Amino acid sequence: MPLTGIEIFKLLPKTNCQACGVPTCLAFAMALAAGKAELAKCPHVSEEAKSKLSEASAPPILPVTIGTGDKALKLGGETVMFRHEKRFENPPGIAILISDKMSDAEVDARLKKVKDLTYERVGLTLTANLVALKAESGDAAKFAALVGRVKAGSDANMILISDKVDVLAAGARAGADKKPLLHAATKDNADAVAALAKETGCAVAAKAGNLDELASLTGKLAAAGLKNIVIDSGARTVRQAFEDQVVIRSAALNKKFRALGYPTIVFPAEMTNNPMKEAMISAMFVAKYAGIIVLSDFRGESLFPLLVERLNIYTDPQRPLATKQGIYEINNPNENSPLMVTSNFSLTYFIVSGEIENSKVPSFLYVKDTEGLSVMTSWAAGKFSADIIAPAILKSGITDKIKHRKLIIPGYIAAESGGLEEEMKGWEIMVGPRDASHLTPYLKAWKA
Amino acid sequence: MPFEIPKTAYSGKIKEIKLGKTAKAVTVGGETAYPFYLFEGQMPDLPRIAMEVYDMPPEEWPEAAMEPFAGVTGDPVAWAQKCIKDYGAEIICLQLLSTDPNGQNRGAAEAAQVVKKVADAIDVPLIVWGTANHDKDTEVLRTVAELCQDKSLILGPLEEADHKKIGAAAIGYKHTVVASTPIDINLAKQLNILLGNLGVQDSMLVMDPTVSSIGYGIEYCYSVMERMRMAALTQQDAKLQFPIICNIAKETWKTKEAKILEKDDPKMGDAKKRGILLEAMSAMVLLLAGADVLIMRHPEAIKLVREMITDLAAK
Repeated sequence: MPLTGIEIFKLLPKTNCQACGVPTCLAFAMALAAGKAELAKCPHVSEEAKSKLSEASAPPILPVTIGTGDKALKLGGETVMFRHEKRFENPPGIAILISDKMSDAEVDARLKKVKDLTYERVGLTLTANLVALKAESGDAAKFAALVGRVKAGSDANMILISDKVDVLAAGARAGADKKPLLHAATKDNADAVAALAKETGCAVAAKAGNLDELASLTGKLAAAGLKNIVIDSGARTVRQAFEDQVVIRSAALNKKFRALGYPTIVFPAEMTNNPMKEAMISAMFVAKYAGIIVLSDFRGESLFPLLVERLNIYTDPQRPLATKQGIYEINNPNENSPLMVTSNFSLTYFIVSGEIENSKVPSFLYVKDTEGLSVMTSWAAGKFSADIIAPAILKSGITDKIKHRKLIIPGYIAAESGGLEEEMKGWEIMVGPRDASHLTPYLKAWKA
Repeated sequence: MPFEIPKTAYSGKIKEIKLGKTAKAVTVGGETAYPFYLFEGQMPDLPRIAMEVYDMPPEEWPEAAMEPFAGVTGDPVAWAQKCIKDYGAEIICLQLLSTDPNGQNRGAAEAAQVVKKVADAIDVPLIVWGTANHDKDTEVLRTVAELCQDKSLILGPLEEADHKKIGAAAIGYKHTVVASTPIDINLAKQLNILLGNLGVQDSMLVMDPTVSSIGYGIEYCYSVMERMRMAALTQQDAKLQFPIICNIAKETWKTKEAKILEKDDPKMGDAKKRGILLEAMSAMVLLLAGADVLIMRHPEAIKLVREMITDLAAK
């Protein structure tokens, strides 16, 4: 059973030395109880207390790593049910299924998709660098050969899927240096797969028919000394799989139920034959708690929305995404094209640049660093006023790109136009629309 | 190891609101748990989808969005009838795009006549959505309210600046109102209180938290909607216990990601499917946050969302 803050406090040195970075031992104890601090931060805790506390101080959903190096996939470590309470920590891995029954050409084509289908957004690269290799042939040598082919042709992290221990073992040994996830240990093979996971140092997925069986299975794996565990509730209907995801997260966080305190893996690929529906199911799992989502294939039209949704849901609600300061050229502008200025809140940037693109009017957009705040908020905070905007624009190099000296400012900061005309001698300051959706008629009527 | 399913402690319920008044009226709301948490409570009235109709031919819609409505985009009555007959629409949402002062700026009387024609021609509930220009919406929606006084419309958006005048007309002519606020739980609550003070009955109100699509800030509306549901269901905040309506289609299809052609950016895949999925997946995310009515456009996106609602509510 998890300990309460007071119970933990009794085991701490009670010196209030602050070495852990928290003002008092009691506050540190409370943070431990809430799963928001690590015991290792306390340098003075006794060995006896350590062992008693290790249970209570472990994160409620254990962190798991699949793969090696910079591009390893980190899962778990989640602490909240709702993203506004803190933030979701580790975005789900999105995997493409590759079978050992596929031709080499098909395998290579799929690996190419993993590599090519990446997207730039707000200075980040969105990618799904994960492959799920499924042993369908039943042939251990064939499966090992597939693992070898993928290893040689890709740096993607791997999941190895087989219900036969000898086949799984052949794959695991072929790919052990890449630390793949082994799927799956079941109640029938738990001892053998646990031994294989220990031997190869790989993470292991536990799969069962329901949550009760799953809990006893993870108990068994944990007792065998395994910590890198991912769980598969076995559900392959939308209803049951959704419910399992919610219940697993809630049991781990709200009841501190250790046996389900692991990241999950789900299989939209096995829940429908319709790729569009599969994308919908995956969209549900991105929001509702999946650790790994296995897709039957990658297609740009569905992978792109899914990766962007993942970025959105896993954005820290306390820290808005920001766009880089600078001049953005939209629709191939020339020296007679209009110049606009806006804030660097990424949403502002997306909406304004999107509307400019829609207008088809060649334009320059200068994005000012406002620490990720929107136009209104940054203006109210004094970070988007004439004395800040003027020097930034004058130093931006835009004067080499345009012949005219006219600057369009957002309608919401119309009050800055006087100040800007003083700070930018010789410039005409024009007040644009308040709402980006009114930019098209404005830009079409604009004259240099 | 014994395992007991943890349960959220709920203390509130979302109000059940009836939209429309004919035999085809629909009831929304009524939840006693978070969206689709059917192991914790009930969702007696599953979320509904309203299909969009525009009062003028749309401009700059991608081909994929136009295709299902070929031949009817110039005639709102035929468009609405096609949505009902061919695509099984249970609610129609007439978007009064023509009244936009920054666009065609059609007059209130003329716009209201179109609403009346559509209302007379259909038997499903009719949502009438203005342009969010306070002065113009006041003029237009008041005229609509009077001209369609026996129709039990759903009128929106009512914002703080125009809620009194439009609200009064809605009360007078027995229409339901859409209380619209900019992605903020406190403003939403405040507007609901103001409308209540004005005399809008609890049974005549739905909330619009202002939504956007995947890639355009959907996480903000997602979290605001989750917080609204949390306040309504676990903190007995009666002024937030109203069904939520999400005007998502137009937010999706106007984005450049819904328009880019595959030949111009092969990594983005098939343009038609991408547009459909951006709409449907955005709707999916909003459903999980608490949407009761989704205003949608593409029949295939609607079909996907309906299937997900059915699957999620399956026993």
